[in-house]
Amino acid sequence: MDKKLHISVSPHFHAKVTTQSIMLDVILALLPTTIAGVLIFGVRSLAVIAVSVGFSVLSEFVFNKLAKKPMTIQDLSAVVTGLLLALTLPVNIALWEVAIGAIFAIVVVKGFFGGIGQNFANPAITGRVFMLVAFGDVVSAKSFVGKGIVDTTASATPLANMATAPTSMIDLLLGTHAGAIGEVCTVALLLGFVYLLIKKVITFHTPVVFIAVVFLLTLLITKDVNTALAYSMSGGLFIGAIFMATDYATTPTRPWGKVIFAVGCAVITVLIRMYGNLPEGVSYAILLMNILTPYIDKWTEDKPFGGEA
Amino acid sequence: MRFSKRGAHVPHHKNTADMTPIRMDVPSQLLIPVSMHIGRPATPVVKPGDHVDVGTLICESSGPVSSPIYSAVSGTVKKLDNIRVSNGSFCQAVLIESDGQQTVDANIKPPVVTDYASFIEAVKNSGIVGLGGAGFPTAVKLDVKDTSRIQELVINAAECEPYITSDTRTMIDDAQDVVDAVKLFEQYLNVKKVLIGIEANKPEAIKKMQECFKDDSAVTVVTLPSVYPQGAEKVIIKNTTGKVVPAGKLPIDVGCVVCNVTTMASIARYIKTGMPLVEKYVTIDGSAIKKPGNYIIPVGMLISEIMERLEINPDEVGKVLYGGPMMGISVPELDSAPVLKNTNAITFMSEKDAVSPEATQCIHCGRCAENCPMHLTTFAIARAYAKNDAEELRRLRVDICCECGTCSFVCPANRPLVEVNKLSKGVVRDLIAKEKAKEAEKK
Ligand code: SF4
Ligand code: SF4
Repeated sequence: MDKKLHISVSPHFHAKVTTQSIMLDVILALLPTTIAGVLIFGVRSLAVIAVSVGFSVLSEFVFNKLAKKPMTIQDLSAVVTGLLLALTLPVNIALWEVAIGAIFAIVVVKGFFGGIGQNFANPAITGRVFMLVAFGDVVSAKSFVGKGIVDTTASATPLANMATAPTSMIDLLLGTHAGAIGEVCTVALLLGFVYLLIKKVITFHTPVVFIAVVFLLTLLITKDVNTALAYSMSGGLFIGAIFMATDYATTPTRPWGKVIFAVGCAVITVLIRMYGNLPEGVSYAILLMNILTPYIDKWTEDKPFGGEA
Repeated sequence: MRFSKRGAHVPHHKNTADMTPIRMDVPSQLLIPVSMHIGRPATPVVKPGDHVDVGTLICESSGPVSSPIYSAVSGTVKKLDNIRVSNGSFCQAVLIESDGQQTVDANIKPPVVTDYASFIEAVKNSGIVGLGGAGFPTAVKLDVKDTSRIQELVINAAECEPYITSDTRTMIDDAQDVVDAVKLFEQYLNVKKVLIGIEANKPEAIKKMQECFKDDSAVTVVTLPSVYPQGAEKVIIKNTTGKVVPAGKLPIDVGCVVCNVTTMASIARYIKTGMPLVEKYVTIDGSAIKKPGNYIIPVGMLISEIMERLEINPDEVGKVLYGGPMMGISVPELDSAPVLKNTNAITFMSEKDAVSPEATQCIHCGRCAENCPMHLTTFAIARAYAKNDAEELRRLRVDICCECGTCSFVCPANRPLVEVNKLSKGVVRDLIAKEKAKEAEKK
């Protein structure tokens, strides 16, 4: 029988979940937040998102070509990075700044370190931090006012104006207050969280622990439930805890590792917010913990079955 | 019992679960490799021109860890040849032309079994090896010397691989053999407690076994969750007895003997009839198969001839496996690939399914580690292998990887993790050998 057969090492079955399907799930999970952002802040937010996503994908395409690497844009991870970056920016940011942030995130943070899965820092966060350093205050959305269908007349983010006029609970949940495009609408972010849990893309550990510990620490320090709630529901905590602190490449893999990571993130966030005079510590906190991830991974490695501790 | 949550939800495809095996017509020839088991290859005792009958010894056991081989047909030895086997190496093989008569060897008679030693001797002569897939000579495994070491006999009837139902059929069609085997084990190996582990997706087999053993208080049928790989030796021990076999140790070190259910039934049959292991229940299924089924197929029958008999169109087949899709071994050439002693299924995959999805970069998602039944940090093993870090590979205990394929199955990047683990085991073995050589030099 003259039959050319395929030969390969087992297994010969593969689960349907692929890198691409996971990234698609993350994009779908970000959809409510994206829609809410556009509704709250107006169509210009679409431009910010388009530029960020467009330049992320484009720079990955060009980088792969120039570095003669296999093409990876089809895995959709660049789309996720671009989307996340846009959602952490204010709507009135200059579009050329967005483009530079996206290029930095993809080329420097991801590409130079070997591409998907190899980077030690979250590209979107690092891109944003780079923009904070390079372009200053405009990135931090401190005093931004929305121009969407919803009237967001608050003149400062809840974190910035905490002392003067606490933002109402409804505003915090719906996101009708100043802030970055994707960080304001807590309800939309929670929808995305539930979706990711159902699709088993992430586990509950990191987001729940991160947010809970920030809330508890703030409560402990301020002794005021409303302040603690406002602190927890603004300043990018939800989007950071749900979508950034759960990034596979840059965060621990095992449950206890995730818990340690989340506690670390929460403590650093609160320290920066309370004592560092920076309104949003979430980005820096996650970034710092990203650096510790390899060590946390090692500490929390499973004991082989029947092996010594 | 708290079952381990690890493993993967693989598709079951137990299409043939209610199909009683049908005897395949006598093949025109048999190709019998001398090495169908773990251990030393058997030594041929026939030469071209010799006449053999059904049950005639063709190759004798060549040492303490080896196994004899018998003919499944009557006919004439044509030649002794070298064939390429599925791992790429070459192996001697005996080619027998069948005369179609199926005359049974006149010397076949039930062995005289009176005690432990004669029981082990009988198992040795039966030619039976681990039929669940491992192919380790069963007599060697059962020869524990001191039977008081055995606290539990675990009968592995998990049959967790997709498609395969040959063990299921053994339990249903040959339940009496299983019962007799348990009696033999109770009598000669002094087994006091028997646990039969069956995956929940085989309700009929579970019911049958429960009925058969309802009067034997020593026997418990354990319904295992249908999470792959329940049949992995250490997993089934944990999920039936609750015991954990220490890494690097054997089941008997925790008082367990694990035996596949078809292996058990075959032992009973040999002791009742004296007919050694010459044929197998084989599930024929897979995405290239239109009419799946179970067949009784002689050991040595070529896959190419099976395909002719079953009218399987080679053009529609892209990949052929000994066994199922999770641990099955890819067959390189159909003309030189016979049914082996430990073949319990042949899976025919369509051209479309035959191509493995392309591997992309590891995204550090942790799915491999999360699901590994051996609790290994598989992505770290892959990293250490890439860096050729033998010490780290040893620390990560790649040696206890059972090559079940769960990690590769769940990997969204389709990393060839099992392949890397196999290679990594070699790296660790080299390291240990080097260290031993150094030790020896010092002395
Ligand atoms: S590392 Fe080995 S034991 Fe673990 S899932 Fe992979 S193949 Fe199975
Ligand atoms: S499952 Fe695959 S992608 Fe995920 S960590 Fe393991 S090897 Fe990497």
